[in-house]
Amino acid sequence: MDNPEPAIQKTEAFLSGNYTHTVIEPPKGWAPLKLGELWKFRELLFFLTWRDIKVRYKQTALGAAWAILQPVLTMIVFSIVFGGLAKLPSEGIPYPIFTFTALLPWQLFAFALTQSSNSLVGSQNLISKVYFPRLVVPFSSVLAGVLDFAIAFVVLVGMMAFYGIGLTPAILLLPLFLILALISALAVGLWLSALNVQYRDIRYVVPFLTQFWMYATPIAYSSSLIPEKWRWLYSLNPMTGVVEGFRWAILGKSSLDVVSLSISAGMVVVLFIGGLYYFKRMESGFADII
Amino acid sequence: MSELAIRVEHLGKKYRLGGQQARYSTFREALVNAARVPLGWLKGERRAEQNILWALDDVSFEVRHGEAVGIIGRNGAGKSTLLKILAHITSPTRGRVDIYGRVGSLLEVGTGFHPELTGRDNIFLNGAILGMTRREIDHKFDEIVDFAEIEKFLDTPVKFYSSGMYVRLAFAVAAHLEPEILVVDEVLAVGDAGFQKKCLGKMEDVAQAGRTVLFVSHQLDMIRALCGRTILLNAGHILTYDTSEKAINTYLVMNRSQLSRAVFEANKDSRVSIQVIGARVCDIHKHTKQTFDVFEQIFLEIDYVIRKSVIGAHVCFEIKNNGAILFWSFDTDNNEKLVYDARQLGIFRSHIKLPCPLLKAGHYLVSFYTGIANSERIQTLEEVISFDVELISKGATYLSYAEKRPGMIAVSLDWETEKIS
Repeated sequence: MDNPEPAIQKTEAFLSGNYTHTVIEPPKGWAPLKLGELWKFRELLFFLTWRDIKVRYKQTALGAAWAILQPVLTMIVFSIVFGGLAKLPSEGIPYPIFTFTALLPWQLFAFALTQSSNSLVGSQNLISKVYFPRLVVPFSSVLAGVLDFAIAFVVLVGMMAFYGIGLTPAILLLPLFLILALISALAVGLWLSALNVQYRDIRYVVPFLTQFWMYATPIAYSSSLIPEKWRWLYSLNPMTGVVEGFRWAILGKSSLDVVSLSISAGMVVVLFIGGLYYFKRMESGFADII
Repeated sequence: MSELAIRVEHLGKKYRLGGQQARYSTFREALVNAARVPLGWLKGERRAEQNILWALDDVSFEVRHGEAVGIIGRNGAGKSTLLKILAHITSPTRGRVDIYGRVGSLLEVGTGFHPELTGRDNIFLNGAILGMTRREIDHKFDEIVDFAEIEKFLDTPVKFYSSGMYVRLAFAVAAHLEPEILVVDEVLAVGDAGFQKKCLGKMEDVAQAGRTVLFVSHQLDMIRALCGRTILLNAGHILTYDTSEKAINTYLVMNRSQLSRAVFEANKDSRVSIQVIGARVCDIHKHTKQTFDVFEQIFLEIDYVIRKSVIGAHVCFEIKNNGAILFWSFDTDNNEKLVYDARQLGIFRSHIKLPCPLLKAGHYLVSFYTGIANSERIQTLEEVISFDVELISKGATYLSYAEKRPGMIAVSLDWETEKIS
């Protein structure tokens, strides 16, 4: 070693005996979550997120343009098919902006869900060679979607200026709905990524799942089309609450259905906590079966 | 020197081969299995126990701070499993491990390197993956770049790196990891000879700086140079935990008494025309031997009997490594007379000298066959004897022949080079 300093410090550490003590034992059923450990590895979380973003923009010819093209093109198709031809009601808001406010959180959710479901299998070389809390992997792939969301959000601001729609104080609650969208994606992503390690079928399930899920979410249509008595069932879809929340926070027109939102949020919490525990339970076996 | 760093007690790790823990299964298999298992249970069938492998079984040992401990053993002895448990990558089935201090593991160099990212980006990414903080990486960045000798290519994506540069960078990051306990798998067998020497030096520094190192290697001279004590694992058990010199000797002796010699029962049936009755692997002094150095002359000796004078009878042996056939050799290869003439009757002994160097470090299985050319196989003796080749020679130039060298065999060719412009 060029510099003898660290060695001396290490010797002092021996003497004071202040080593961290770790015990490794066979896993016993349901493991504690140890979310504090996740915090300790926040730098790794940051680096993996940063890697995902950087690599994605490097490998694609259009790079960040995809973040805009995807929602905009979908919006155009929806506006023609559902707004123009099917003439679905849009609560008195111009249809393109009505569907775009929903597409923003939806695409964030769908992207984050897909990425996180495949995240563990995609990092098998890391998992079989290095230790870190495995939760870092799905977390980072969900976070990587936020940049795309931010870019697409700029388009929304432009569109609102074009249509002359002003902001209301409700916009201040938007971050809350954004977080709800991320946690929803993570909640489902935790289940699917852990299942994917054992059953590679999940990879094929996810595209179908997101497709069906999109039609079960008020993106192309308004949730007011759903009969009142079925509204509770409809609200079990976490994304119903998220999308309704986005529309309310950004457009400020319709009033927020608090009951429906609470059901959605409750569902997210249940899925998320269940997902965390399921993931933790499976975690100890990942390196052996991946 | 005296504080406890690692205490391992009755550690066991079970793997289920096939069945439930097959590489990965599908829903359908899971459903079929769920339906079948209770059904079989009713029929009184027990779960097939023979599919269970204890990669580690009742392993206990202690390592003190400041010690460098080597781990040796044949492939499949449980070395990597042990490291993976200590590195927290996989969990044990039984037993307990107490670790005092921060563990850094190095089971592979360049884990998490991304080909699209630049050298600079990968230093940060890989550092974070290995457990360094951002500040630590910032602090050591210049040192890492210096060590890897890649300044000029720092902002080039690593997919454009030569394999040598890639490995140098990967090792440089890993070498600057400073945990209190370092767990290293066979990662030094990379790069060119000069870089190998540098890595070895770095490892020595690490050991001398009072850090605790656990080091798995097949390169016995490296173990000898770096580690004061060595654990010898065999089939999941600790056979010896002693000074490196003693453990290595035990390892070599253990291998020597292995199956490098075999005698086969002669079939007295006179209709069997040609038959191998014994075989062994030996060195230049005709001593039966199990373990050879990469640069040692290896001989094969085959005894066979010919009872019927047939045309085209031949004896053949096959050398196999890791399930792959390296080559077949026939006694008729360089002797046309044997192909066309009727064979003499009697008992024969053939000596075959293998080219050297030819076989890389590894475990080799030898099979024997006899038969009549283009018509029939008479005798099949599959994988009846075995021997090992190890890199025992000292010196950095020899390291380039290590196990990790790509390719099935290691040959030394003469490069006739002239300056042409």
